[in-house]
Amino acid sequence: MVQSCNGAVVQRTNGAIQMMLSESSLQKIEELKTRYQNPQAVVLAALWMWQDEHGWVSNEGMEYVARLLGISTHHVYGVVTFYTMFNKEPVGTHKLEVCTNVSCMLKNSDKILKHIEDRLQIKVGETTPDKRFTLVEAECLGACGYAPMLQCGDEYYENLDEAKVDRLLDDLK
Amino acid sequence: MEKLILPDIPELHKVDVYEANGGYQMLRKALGMKPEEVTDEMKKSNLRGRGGACFPTGLKWTFMPKVTTKPKYLCINGDESEPGTFKDRQILEDNPHLMIEGALIAAYAMGIGTIYLYVRGEYNKWIVMVQKALDDAYAKGYIGQNILGSGFSTNFYIHRGAGAYICGEESSLMNSIEGERGYPRVKPPFPAQFGLWGCPTTINNVETIANVPVILRLGWEAYSKIGHPKHPGPILVGVSGHVNKPGVYEMPTGVLLTDIIYKYCGGVPADKKIKAIIPGGSSTMILRGENIEGVTMDADGLKAAGSSVGTAGLIVMDEDTDLIRVITRITKFYYHESCGQCTPCREGTGWMFKILKRFENYDATLEDIDLLLDVANNIEGNTICALGDAAAWPVQSMIKRFRDEFEQRCKANGSSTKSVAKEMVHALR
Ligand SMILES: Cc1cc2nc3c(=O)[nH]c(=O)nc-3n(C[C@H](O)[C@H](O)[C@H](O)COP(=O)(O)O)c2cc1C
Ligand code: SF4
Ligand code: FES
Repeated sequence: MVQSCNGAVVQRTNGAIQMMLSESSLQKIEELKTRYQNPQAVVLAALWMWQDEHGWVSNEGMEYVARLLGISTHHVYGVVTFYTMFNKEPVGTHKLEVCTNVSCMLKNSDKILKHIEDRLQIKVGETTPDKRFTLVEAECLGACGYAPMLQCGDEYYENLDEAKVDRLLDDLK
Repeated sequence: MEKLILPDIPELHKVDVYEANGGYQMLRKALGMKPEEVTDEMKKSNLRGRGGACFPTGLKWTFMPKVTTKPKYLCINGDESEPGTFKDRQILEDNPHLMIEGALIAAYAMGIGTIYLYVRGEYNKWIVMVQKALDDAYAKGYIGQNILGSGFSTNFYIHRGAGAYICGEESSLMNSIEGERGYPRVKPPFPAQFGLWGCPTTINNVETIANVPVILRLGWEAYSKIGHPKHPGPILVGVSGHVNKPGVYEMPTGVLLTDIIYKYCGGVPADKKIKAIIPGGSSTMILRGENIEGVTMDADGLKAAGSSVGTAGLIVMDEDTDLIRVITRITKFYYHESCGQCTPCREGTGWMFKILKRFENYDATLEDIDLLLDVANNIEGNTICALGDAAAWPVQSMIKRFRDEFEQRCKANGSSTKSVAKEMVHALR
């Protein structure tokens, strides 16, 4: 890794220089720093940007974010491993997070989970071989009155039944 | 009752519509009052926090030092991760400006120059909505420098979490804003003395803050007459589980639980009987269905019934519900969410889950009931934050009120294999 003229860390891949976070994200991070007493407070936001651009948070990502904010890599590692929403390994294009907590359980979320497992031929925690889908079990997502539900990206899919799940999986293909 | 927090006005989330309906007039009114007068209104209104602990809001505000050389902060708690709770999201979606106006009034009352709204990471869609509302409020001069020419200035930022129930606990929330792991802090010192970056800080729930402009509009006296006198005001009740019309309902405090279930939510599907309810999110004590007659949704009513209001997330379970599965799932949640700082909580939640798995699998013995209770009793009161208690209460109350369910789940010949739960943690989560 080398330091670019504007202070951003860049990486050389096959001779070409590649930014590790987009210019707009780097600008946004500079703006966010003004909102807090110190740059460390931007760590969650910076990790979000990294994950949005790269799909998951690699060791490289943690090192990069640490340098950007002037904090230690082990601190960033501690943060990444504390919060469940950061992917610590690559995930499929669509990460399906099925809530199985109490209100969803009462509305048969286990059937929804089983149905997805059967359709995608994977178990909870796995990714399809074509890397399209990852299936995980989630804790309460704040949609208990609209159970059963799942989250995929920023979208909430609520009041699910098997037909709705089928349509969703077809749409996401 | 006229709806005050979530009125039926189309497009109210838009700043123009909000203004056309009297929006931001209470901010103007507050800026014309002395800060202490605003806090006094809150105290006299008897508003109590809607984040789970029912703490008197006005009193909390008086803990903030009037004179200090340090900056002061307001954190609005939109972490909303307690299972069964989904009400704050409705405010963020349908009436974000009410919450923003309330926060500005609170900041003025306490002389606060920076507001952070902490929202759980999963709610990104709602973060985008609230950011739009904030941008509009900035553009109109309601937030920022010299608000409406009053000389008062404050900024308002959203801080996005990243998936951790514990970050709803107020000191953990502050650590999360500081860019730390979300570990709760030992108290004292309390946030009003030593909060964000060691500076005076107040933390209030989204719904609590949305009540602030309403109190100024109605006046404390009229507000304090809504619902139950000791816990007054409108309250958002989120109903889930076995009811015909689940959802978030605004009502005065003090409504009968049976009215909530049968009048607001259309009763139980197929007219089944109610076996049990959890009145205020998964941390509150479970009640038997036959004991909810006459119980009301307010602090006193639920205390008398042996539970608490919590977040008013009411979970209804019909006669066919397998309560052992329910308590096992709830306990798995606390085990997963324990931050791991204190031994009783970190180890105890895992042990309770293991023992409950034995009941779930018909592989427990009668002694396991007492063992389970013993573990729960040793968590309660012995931890840094209330997550430990929150994990113990559901288990304790389930054993107290449904011991028969546990007994039926024991192995007939009393020869448990003491099997160990295999799937102890979520894959990838
Ligand atoms: C484990 C735990 C989780 C909590 N989660 C939330 C939450 O998601 N939202 C919330 O407003 N309060 C939550 N609280 C309560 C807060 O610590 C705090 O009491 C509350 O935000 C104060 O606001 P209020 O006085 O307006 O109710 C939680 C408490 C604990 C112990
Ligand atoms: S009680 Fe549990 S969640 Fe709270 S600080 Fe201790 S270990 Fe962490
Ligand atoms: S229990 Fe599934 S969203 Fe709350």
